[in-house]
Amino acid sequence: MAEGIGIILLKFGFILLFALGLGGLLTWVERKQSAIMQDRIGANRASIFGLRLIGLFHPLADAIKMFTKESFTPASAEKFLFTLAPAISVFFALIGFAVIPFGDKLIFGDTVVNLQVAPLNVGLLYLFAVAGLAVYGVVLGAWASRNNYAMLGGMRAAAQMISYEVALGVTIFGSIMIYQTVDLQQIVHLQGGTFWGWLPAWGIFMQPLGFILFLTVGIAETKRVPFDAPEGESEIIGYFIEYSGMGFGMYFLTDFVETVMISAITVTLFFGGWQVPYLLADGFHFPWGEVWLLNNWTVALFQIASFSLKVMFFLWLQMAIRWTLPRFRYDQILRLGWKYILPISLLNIVLTGIVIMVLK
Amino acid sequence: MLQNFAHILVFLIFGAAFVGINITISRLLQARNPHPVKLSTYECGELPEGESWIQFNIRFYVIALIFLIFEVEIAFLFPWAVVFKSLGTFAFVEMMVFVFILIIGLAYVWGKGDLEWEKPANVPDTSVSPLTESKELTQLMAS
Amino acid sequence: MPNALKLLQNKFSDCIRETNCHLGDTSAVVNKKAVHDILEFLRDDADLNFDLLVDLTCVDYGEGEPRFEIVYLLHSFKTKARIFIKAQVSEPDPQVQTVSDLWHIADWYEREVWDLFGVSFKGHPDLRRLLMYEEFQGHPLRKDYSIDKRQPLVTAEGTNNSQITPTLEQSQQAMEEYVSEENGLSVRHMFLNMGPSHPAMHGVVKIVLELDGEKVVGSDVGIGYLHRAFEKHAENISYTGVFPYTDRLNYVSPIINNVGYALAVEKLLGIEVTERCKYIRVIMSEISRIADHLTCIGAMAMELGAMTPFLYFMQAREAMYQLIEEVTGARITVSYVRVGGVKADLPAGFESRVHDQLKKVRAELKQVHRLLSRNRIFVDRVQGIGAISTADAISYSFTGPMLRACGVDYDVRKTFPYSNYDRIDFDVPVGENGDILDRYLVRMEEIEQSCRIIEQAFEKIPVGNVMVDFTGKEIPAEKMADLGKFGQTEGLLLQVAVTDPTLLGAGESEHAEVRHADKRVSLPAKEKTYASIEGLINHFMLIMDGHGICPPKGEAYFPVEGANGELGFYIVSDGSDKAYRVRCRPPCFAFVAGFSKMIEGCQLADIIPAFGSINMIAGELDR
Repeated sequence: MAEGIGIILLKFGFILLFALGLGGLLTWVERKQSAIMQDRIGANRASIFGLRLIGLFHPLADAIKMFTKESFTPASAEKFLFTLAPAISVFFALIGFAVIPFGDKLIFGDTVVNLQVAPLNVGLLYLFAVAGLAVYGVVLGAWASRNNYAMLGGMRAAAQMISYEVALGVTIFGSIMIYQTVDLQQIVHLQGGTFWGWLPAWGIFMQPLGFILFLTVGIAETKRVPFDAPEGESEIIGYFIEYSGMGFGMYFLTDFVETVMISAITVTLFFGGWQVPYLLADGFHFPWGEVWLLNNWTVALFQIASFSLKVMFFLWLQMAIRWTLPRFRYDQILRLGWKYILPISLLNIVLTGIVIMVLK
Repeated sequence: MLQNFAHILVFLIFGAAFVGINITISRLLQARNPHPVKLSTYECGELPEGESWIQFNIRFYVIALIFLIFEVEIAFLFPWAVVFKSLGTFAFVEMMVFVFILIIGLAYVWGKGDLEWEKPANVPDTSVSPLTESKELTQLMAS
Repeated sequence: MPNALKLLQNKFSDCIRETNCHLGDTSAVVNKKAVHDILEFLRDDADLNFDLLVDLTCVDYGEGEPRFEIVYLLHSFKTKARIFIKAQVSEPDPQVQTVSDLWHIADWYEREVWDLFGVSFKGHPDLRRLLMYEEFQGHPLRKDYSIDKRQPLVTAEGTNNSQITPTLEQSQQAMEEYVSEENGLSVRHMFLNMGPSHPAMHGVVKIVLELDGEKVVGSDVGIGYLHRAFEKHAENISYTGVFPYTDRLNYVSPIINNVGYALAVEKLLGIEVTERCKYIRVIMSEISRIADHLTCIGAMAMELGAMTPFLYFMQAREAMYQLIEEVTGARITVSYVRVGGVKADLPAGFESRVHDQLKKVRAELKQVHRLLSRNRIFVDRVQGIGAISTADAISYSFTGPMLRACGVDYDVRKTFPYSNYDRIDFDVPVGENGDILDRYLVRMEEIEQSCRIIEQAFEKIPVGNVMVDFTGKEIPAEKMADLGKFGQTEGLLLQVAVTDPTLLGAGESEHAEVRHADKRVSLPAKEKTYASIEGLINHFMLIMDGHGICPPKGEAYFPVEGANGELGFYIVSDGSDKAYRVRCRPPCFAFVAGFSKMIEGCQLADIIPAFGSINMIAGELDR
């Protein structure tokens, strides 16, 4: 039974809310987590009627500020592209979520709802296409600003993109070879079940090297510390140097949405996506033989919760990395990409292929 | 299949609408007080020296070419990777040869030094640098 | 007579007008025509080898003839000797031969002298103003430039919007000549203003960069954004009144500036402070040094994107600042030291608190060693970057951690020990490569050495004040002062007050511990001022305008080891209660002067850690 238009719109709403909500929340997490790591208190001043909620209103205050602040265009800038660029940036960051599966199936009367916005059989390819386009927002914005600092930032972003785009593609070939598909929902399905009856059959156990490489490349794609050479706020201030108000807000949001995106892909490819260990379609089947039967709705809720928690774990991990390490110089970033990650990922393909052939 | 792409299309429209609405709302809400100094290009409080739209040396000309080659490689690898289990040993060996050739290519550019950001051979002439300070903006600020 | 003077007189007998060994400083007044040759001889002579141009400054003798005296201070690493060479220059058109071909640093020193005194240097490659702006009229350190003189407002006549935003054609034409070829493509060099309003330039330094891609081809450093006329102020206020101004020199370690200035004045007066006071100065200086190094390393790490080590170090620095606050009542503007002593004794229980806080500092050091020293990214960013050769470092007159990172074992605390540093056992860490990593490691080790110095100073410091009176009863100082104000002075003089950090009154017994007994420099204890006529007279004699501290006629230079290197004060006294000339030799001036050399050929991104590693403190750089 096909899904009604209402359900499709609901799914759109959910995934957009998921991405933007987490993105917004990340501004709070960033402040609070860094504060905890650095023995500080962190943002806690924004309040509504004296209610502070450990600073949870700060993302809201940020949003209000971004909306109401003057967003002026420098006199020498290329006006049209200058306005368009941040929009492009945030747009490409958002649309990637269309193919991320956040649950299995929800049975709704006689309708079966696939918990994925667009069940595309070329999901991964679509993701790469979108990820490759995201850099246009940065480069266009940098160029349109007609500012030396922005220009340097844009060039760094372009160089970084072309170096890591390749690595990003090559790192996940191991997974594709194992699962023989590029449909993300199917990849998650294949990660159900267990090895030896107890170890969840997640991708990380088959592709540990691939996982480490992918996470590194992923962080590089989000352009955050230690790979934040295009921003490098103490060096070249960043490609968005001329942006203010909403324009800056969008670049800011892009960073966070991309962070969520990378977490989501990592979870989908290497940590079983929405899979909960031992949870099958009808309930938990524990390795020691116990069985808890659950109805379809509870299972779906477990799956969505599992996906969200895993994503949040990776957000936490990325934040922890971001607040621990200093920044690479950008030629070092490129060297890492071309001389270490790319050869190792090629090796990974060869190794995976050999192991699969031998096991066959 | 096509219906799935329709989903994507609708999602794209959703995304674009979200971005558009954001820009529109902020356009309506924001203050607008332009001033020539405010609209000048920011360069640490000084007037920019020269032009940023120049052909300057970004040094990844060769890397961009290598990038292209590897992107194409990835495009070739995708269909193979999806079905390689069913294709058998011959396809595997064939693809390994393909990957091997690419690795040799990478090793070649590596050895040639094209992956080095600073190629010592191409150090440009450093003789010209008449650095004059621009004071117009400071003057303007003072007035 | 020192060896140097003898040799000099043999060789240039007809050019030496006068030689002198005043207060242990060897000096020679020479013919201005021969000054270049003499300096070159002193630098290159194998026995003398005066290879460091410590300072180059000028004194304006106003009406006198000749009017200006250019002072060169040389130091020899080999013989540990120093010599002052003075050249007299008269009006009109004061001019002297440049020595910028002998020492790199002379370039900036001479620009400063030209800027502030209007003495020009023949053959100088680029004699521009340094601290003042281009439109400045006159030369502010000349005696006929009155301190309240105003400058005309610089207006933007004829500036219009099109100049702020040049058209594409305009700017392209302007750039036409800076073109280089690579891979058959013609590429232009980019010009970039880095600073003053740049996060890594601390808002006070401007670097104009010429970039080929991201590579630095040429650069020009501009300073003076924080010029506060320290030297001019110091000439127009009593000797004690200068202390608050010295706080603002290196504002991260102000006590060292206080100490340096006080020691210079004491040298002029021929005063030696008490033992306890010496150790107090050592302890407070080292606490300041720790704070300074922590700030420098932390800020450098932060600018490299590692925010967390920065905040860990800020915590450790906070511990140091709390100690400073406890003793001085202030965190930055401490004004703690006085001529002939310090303001007040250390508070009760201070030693144990210092030990606690040092433990904290060591814990943070360990943590940061783990976070940075063994961090591959950090080491890659700093190793071999911003390096300067030992010869260049000496030519640029580097001192302190920067010079030690180049492998030169020079520390004023060892070479010219002051304040009992010779009785304390500590090591001087030296680097090898003179790169950022070595500077970082040298500073990290110096923090540890400073901790050691403080611990030893506490072991050696003579017993301090008694905190109770003879009946065993404590009397707070402010209460004692109040009693004195109401004339209830009977028996008061026999009692001993307790000092508290708020310094509402001063305990008399501590006073003797931390202040010299010389009535020329030391204010009497508050209770004496209130209780006895002698005290009152003594107090007024020191406070009244025109009296105060009046060192005898003469001049003295005193170097101390500031957090950044040799911090020297050169004071010329005319016997009045105001200094005739105060010159501060700021250590980081040399580093900023040599910065262009340091970043030549580096990447744009390397400028940031390199600039962080020189620990530019605008307060002392621009004075």
